[in-house]
Amino acid sequence: MQETVDLSLFARPSGDGTLGMDLAVEGIACGACIGRIESAVKRLPGVTQARLNYTNRRLHVDWTDGALTPAQILQTLEEAGYHGYPFAPLRAEEEAAAEARRLTRCLAVAGFAAMNIMLLSVSVWAGNSSDITPETRDFFHWASALIALPAAAYAGRPFFASAWQALRAGALNMDVPISLGVILALGLSVVETANHAKDAYFDSAIMLLFFLLVGRALDHAMRRKTRAVAGNLAALKAETAHRFSGDELVSVPVAALQAGDRVLVKAGERVPADGGVLSGVSELDESLITGETARRKVAAGATIYAGSLNYSGALTMRATAADRATLLDEIERLLEQAATAKSRAMRLADRAARLYAPLVHLTAAATFAGWWLAGASLHDAVVTAIAVLIITCPCALALAIPAVQVVASGALFRAGVILNAGDALERLGEADTVVFDKTGTLTLPEPRVVDASAVDRNLLQMAARLALSSRHPLAQALARESASHIPYDVVTEEPGQGVRAMLGGIEARLGSAAFCGVAPVAAGQPGASHIYFVYGSRAATIAIAQKLRPDAAEVVQALRRRGLTLHILSGDRAGAVRPVAEALGITKWLAEVKPAEKIAFIEALKRQGHRVLMVGDGLNDAPALAAASVSLSPIAAADVTQAQADAVFLGERLKPVLDALVIGRRARALMKENLMSAAIYNMIAVPVAILGWITPLIAALAMSGSSLMVTLNALRGGRAA
Amino acid sequence: MNVLVYLIPMALGLGLLGLFGFLWALRSGQYSDVDGAALRVLADDDIDPKPLQ
Repeated sequence: MQETVDLSLFARPSGDGTLGMDLAVEGIACGACIGRIESAVKRLPGVTQARLNYTNRRLHVDWTDGALTPAQILQTLEEAGYHGYPFAPLRAEEEAAAEARRLTRCLAVAGFAAMNIMLLSVSVWAGNSSDITPETRDFFHWASALIALPAAAYAGRPFFASAWQALRAGALNMDVPISLGVILALGLSVVETANHAKDAYFDSAIMLLFFLLVGRALDHAMRRKTRAVAGNLAALKAETAHRFSGDELVSVPVAALQAGDRVLVKAGERVPADGGVLSGVSELDESLITGETARRKVAAGATIYAGSLNYSGALTMRATAADRATLLDEIERLLEQAATAKSRAMRLADRAARLYAPLVHLTAAATFAGWWLAGASLHDAVVTAIAVLIITCPCALALAIPAVQVVASGALFRAGVILNAGDALERLGEADTVVFDKTGTLTLPEPRVVDASAVDRNLLQMAARLALSSRHPLAQALARESASHIPYDVVTEEPGQGVRAMLGGIEARLGSAAFCGVAPVAAGQPGASHIYFVYGSRAATIAIAQKLRPDAAEVVQALRRRGLTLHILSGDRAGAVRPVAEALGITKWLAEVKPAEKIAFIEALKRQGHRVLMVGDGLNDAPALAAASVSLSPIAAADVTQAQADAVFLGERLKPVLDALVIGRRARALMKENLMSAAIYNMIAVPVAILGWITPLIAALAMSGSSLMVTLNALRGGRAA
Repeated sequence: MNVLVYLIPMALGLGLLGLFGFLWALRSGQYSDVDGAALRVLADDDIDPKPLQ
């Protein structure tokens, strides 16, 4: 049956009769790929534009409507040696791009203003100690005001808006003292300039905005970069489903499936939607959903869930996305509850702001009252109080945490960990207990050959190469052992039984025991499935099972050395969990745990005062991930689960979990150090300000000095774990 | 010191020119693919390959 591909879901009209599509491109290795990809796609008839963004590995193509189908673009990329994955840009990503442009514009304006005002201010400072005339000084001050006031009104908006929002909600955040400091500094300076005073603080206010915007823009850029990578990975993972339209099979993205669609699920594919089986008999691996590794037999009438792996036969199913299956319903309900519970945890920065803002405002008020009662003029008392507000304006404090976050999330990114949540770093640093799921987390997501050395090497290689021609999951696990990536020429597949081929004039068969004509293994490896291979008179039995991640034992040991308590919570049978726990030396393990019980277990740990890191990949883990203090998920995890995790790690190894904890701890320590040094700075600067000794020059020096100090300190967080 | 009356506005005007230049570059997407721009400059796509063959 010829299958057509329908990707119209991803093509979006761009207004002038053309359609546009974005693709995540895999396989870009060097700069030369840019030209190769763009010219190949541009040669297609009807393509008006093809532009590859090398930074985020995405290709945007525009073409005249009707001139070609999106599938042709994919095929052209395929022929050029690249894989393209169409994706619909997430709304969140587009909003982040707009926000980044806004921040950069504010940063540019603040930078321009800060430089020009500094130029004028330095002249005034120099002139004040020599022979500047009051008229010239006033002129310089008015010129500064002319630059500073519009610049602050434009570049200060991110802070003013956030402060206003916090105040309206009856809360205090770091932006409240910042906004107040900037506005008062500018207001005071205008009044002082009108009175021909010696000092004005235009430069302090604008420099403060500039430094803070640098921190904010960097933080934002780092987060966008990781989000773009996460978006590409999601596109790479997005699977297609085979939908019947009439009698014809059409390959569509899973997102385009609707309730009532008739869908074919071939052997070796994942079930694309929840639904009921119409025809066919097969076995399903539901480990991604329940953690259970034993397979379930299904036939017509059975209910099946999205994410299950179809093991043996082809199934025709009817999707029922509209009336959600009870399992997903249950998981989503638990998720919501757990997520609201977590949002109550407060971030370090907000805690500092809650402490800091009232303290600063009280100090300023006390300064005013003190000077006034001591007999100073109203003018002098106000000026001194405002100087206190300016000098305590939390430049270093506001940079203390974002600077560390930027550097540490860069280090995490290089270690293969992508942060989803902004405050995950702090929470990672606090974790003292790690709860692992078993299937797909401690073990590799796909099964592997258990003991390759027990089988004759030549036979194993032959079997593995033969397995390349089969879509059966056991065969695919065996195919990973193959040194060659080229399948044998003429291979016949007997659906549900095995594959056979003539190799050098002798028949080779790979498949079930009956298919190979040998006796099945009575009691082989526990928890393993067996696949049989015969080549003439020689035969081999190959055991395939879930295998531990290659560095699981080392990582578990390293975690224990760092004083973390380790648990395993699995939905799988005790017989399957025990060997894993014993191999890793984890004594605290529980098997056959239901999603609600996982939550209860984690809640109990939290009540005892532990900070729990949950590492899991299954749908059954998603609520537990949300309930834990912080959560990690491998990239192979189910979509719902991944969305719930604070961070996602890439690759086959478990080491990123260790790296994440190490970098998180270091980041937290640096954040505390930075908050501490900002506090020390204030302890020195505030008394000076209260005494009324602050000049604009001292304010400028103090502000840049303290900002530089916390930024340099934050850079120490960038080393690899 | 009267020279300042037109020197300072001139300096500001030049600064503003730079600022608008940057904002224009930002709007026209010149910062959306920083890594790619560094490599594109090396591509010989402006040379017609035919006369060389």
